[in-house]
Amino acid sequence: MFEFLSDNRASIAAVIILALLAAFVVSLVTGRKRDAATANREVFGDPERTKGGWYWAVCGVSALMLIWFYFSWGVGRAYVPSAANELCQVAKLEEAVSPIKAALPIGSRYYKSTLLVSRNADQLEILRANVPASAFSSDEQTELVSLIDQIGQLIVNSSDPKNLDPALDGQLSALSADLDSLSEKLRAGPGGLQPTEEALAQPKWGTEHTEIPVLPMTPKGMLFDNVSVEAKEVADRFLKIRNHIPANDALIAEIKERIATLQGNSESGGFDEVALAEREAYIKSVERIFKRLDDGTIFPAASLESVNTAVENLDEANGEARGSLRIVEALLLPGPGVVKSRTQCTEQGSARWLPKPTDVVATFMQLANPDLENGGGYRGVTLLWWKWLPVAEVVGFLFPDWIADAWPGEYASHDSDGTISPKFKDKLLAFAQGEVSLGYIPWFEGHIWDSMFRVLMALSLGILLGVPLGLLMGISKFFKSFFDPIIELYRPVPPLAWAPLILTIFGIQDDGKIFLLFMVAFAIMVISARTGAVGTQLSKIRAAHSLGSTDAQILRNVILPNALPEILTGIRIAVGVCWGTLVAAEMLAGTTGVGFIENIARTVSDYELIWVTILIMGLLGLMLDMIMRWVIDKTIPWRGKG
Amino acid sequence: MADLVCEDMSMTFTNPQTGDAVEALKDINFTLKKGELLSVLGPSGCGKTTLLNMIAGFINPTAGVATLGGNTINGPGVERGMVFQQGALFEWLPVSKNVDYGLRMKKTPPAESKKLVEKWLDIVGLQGFGDTPTYQLSGGMQQRVALARCLVNDPDVILMDEPLGALDALTREKMQSLVLELWKETGKTILIITHSVEEALLLGERLFVMAPRPGRIHKEYNLPFAERGLNESLRDIKQDSHFAEVREEILTMIWNMEEEIMGRV
Repeated sequence: MFEFLSDNRASIAAVIILALLAAFVVSLVTGRKRDAATANREVFGDPERTKGGWYWAVCGVSALMLIWFYFSWGVGRAYVPSAANELCQVAKLEEAVSPIKAALPIGSRYYKSTLLVSRNADQLEILRANVPASAFSSDEQTELVSLIDQIGQLIVNSSDPKNLDPALDGQLSALSADLDSLSEKLRAGPGGLQPTEEALAQPKWGTEHTEIPVLPMTPKGMLFDNVSVEAKEVADRFLKIRNHIPANDALIAEIKERIATLQGNSESGGFDEVALAEREAYIKSVERIFKRLDDGTIFPAASLESVNTAVENLDEANGEARGSLRIVEALLLPGPGVVKSRTQCTEQGSARWLPKPTDVVATFMQLANPDLENGGGYRGVTLLWWKWLPVAEVVGFLFPDWIADAWPGEYASHDSDGTISPKFKDKLLAFAQGEVSLGYIPWFEGHIWDSMFRVLMALSLGILLGVPLGLLMGISKFFKSFFDPIIELYRPVPPLAWAPLILTIFGIQDDGKIFLLFMVAFAIMVISARTGAVGTQLSKIRAAHSLGSTDAQILRNVILPNALPEILTGIRIAVGVCWGTLVAAEMLAGTTGVGFIENIARTVSDYELIWVTILIMGLLGLMLDMIMRWVIDKTIPWRGKG
Repeated sequence: MADLVCEDMSMTFTNPQTGDAVEALKDINFTLKKGELLSVLGPSGCGKTTLLNMIAGFINPTAGVATLGGNTINGPGVERGMVFQQGALFEWLPVSKNVDYGLRMKKTPPAESKKLVEKWLDIVGLQGFGDTPTYQLSGGMQQRVALARCLVNDPDVILMDEPLGALDALTREKMQSLVLELWKETGKTILIITHSVEEALLLGERLFVMAPRPGRIHKEYNLPFAERGLNESLRDIKQDSHFAEVREEILTMIWNMEEEIMGRV
């Protein structure tokens, strides 16, 4: 069932998108009609006017979903499922031609030769103007200037079309002709080309970790794929072509000799260390430019014109061959399109970091699958499931070992016949260590539960300790003045600033995280309970006194209920803050939890997983808040009415 | 005899920062016999509430002593019930739980306290409201709950701090009748503080008019209207010429005190 849904996610998305469009239009029309009907019922600014309006909620949600579908290329995949595969083949051609384009104005504004000429001429000019007078004799300075001029002559010679080797001219013409024949091929269309079995057997777009199938699955794709293979050959040939002209041969030999002479002078001239270093550095930089000009990478501009034209022609043919694909790409796949890297084709632009809604659901379903053997869960832990928990483990957790240690008597030691007869003290220890069989209870497990458990534990501890202290601080000078500085000093520190310290002290297991969250919850609970206690009306306390209450009874029966609204609001805030802090804490360390999943997803740039965790966190946070709101409504109906 | 006796009671408030001392009350002496109904009247700042708080035991006098039935008052106690202006009800509890609060603190058996609560709710006219949250009640009904909560504890003295001040005129008159009724039926000693001259006359078997700076009892009246109010309509009593006479006399007295405070004399 899940397999079927997963494989047909594009078609499912197509149906969902249509439904969303319908919902959007219907809710928009309904909303406008209803609002027009009630427009005169209340004056502008009346809060009553905000009541109701489910249709605008539908409208907003469907608009958001449509935007999500669109920018994640979900719409494109739903209605043109073959587009990505075909664009991948186009991208292959682009990749093949890119080395040629890089040397021509069509790819990089200037000829590569033009850039080389300008850069080398500039550098020669600088060297010529800055001959170090202290390191070279005046004769040598004259020699250097003339040498630099001679090197400059190499550029001049290479740039002149008249000096071009006829054989090279032939090579370039052949290259252009080959490119033109590729263009012809593209214009001729796919003809009878058929995709291979292997290509058709590839998983569909987005159903596997490799996003886009690489082998061509359509005739049009086959055409581009074939052309790209040939284009790659042409490009390889182009990269090997060099402009070694006969006119430069003698010049090169002479320059080499002059440089060698200068270097010889340095060695035998008896210069001091500083001068020697300066000479060597200068000669080296002259030599470097010479070597760059020596390898024949500068071509006369005119000689490359035909290649440039051929590539332009190829681009045109490419566009024509893409045909309707161009419209699909422009309208349905926003962003820079598909790019082929060494081994795979990837979506670029918003689709790179915004996974399609259906893919997010599929990833979530995979995570939520409790069957770990068949690829469910994450890193060997389910998302949220249940297990049989030994009761003894819980008892062992609650019942500390030292109680057994403190029990009177000694632990048993082995007898002379090698047997051990355990005493009551030994049995107590086994009990405290959870080694007694007490049966099993069903209990939660999984990443979500681990996160929830940490928050709930920290919150419970925070409430149990924070509320009494807060109440006492609200009514006692000692408690207020003694604890106020401590709490107010640690509270403003962002919890994550404590994290490294606490993880060191408590370790990366639950203890550390729970303590970190406890610190957050504790401060919030103390402050809210204190505010609530301070806010108790004096007349209520006096009335309670006159009705014969003891101090403890007043604390329990008047001050606590009076502070309850603040305490519950505090809990609601603490839940939110703990949840936020937890995820960040789990990103620092640990092996389970929602934050842990996101942390791993982040390191491997798995955007689907990142979005799934974001959605899980958002929904769980919302759920916790809704529970708290419900609790507040149920437990303190008198709030604000006292 | 559970008489309330105040002997030379004085209260001086000292500002801890400036050290300025204000004599809120000076040498208050009076004896309130069991079953007497005393109303205390005076301009604002004359120490009415301070006097009540001292008798209730919320604050200790700087000099002098108050005794109830021979026992020195030292802190709040159940034998002196309080009714506050705003009711000071516990809004998180329903009516019956407010009323039986004192009984629960004493750990009275539930069956007994249930009976008592029903009895007193009946007397104050709130039968059937036991489970109603107090925040849903009107101001008058809230004061009835406060009265019941106080009376269920069976105090010797009931201290009322402007109990009807926040009610509308009609509700106020009904509540005045209720207070007189309760006084008659229970025979409790009642000390009521008010800023309404009419109320003080109607509810005061004895009436103290207090004067400020320092707070002292300026004049004492013994009045017949409370006794009459048990049988007659309160509105008729207000029409009475004697009533009007005393009312005008006291009003003038207080008016002059106010003028004095403002420094116009």
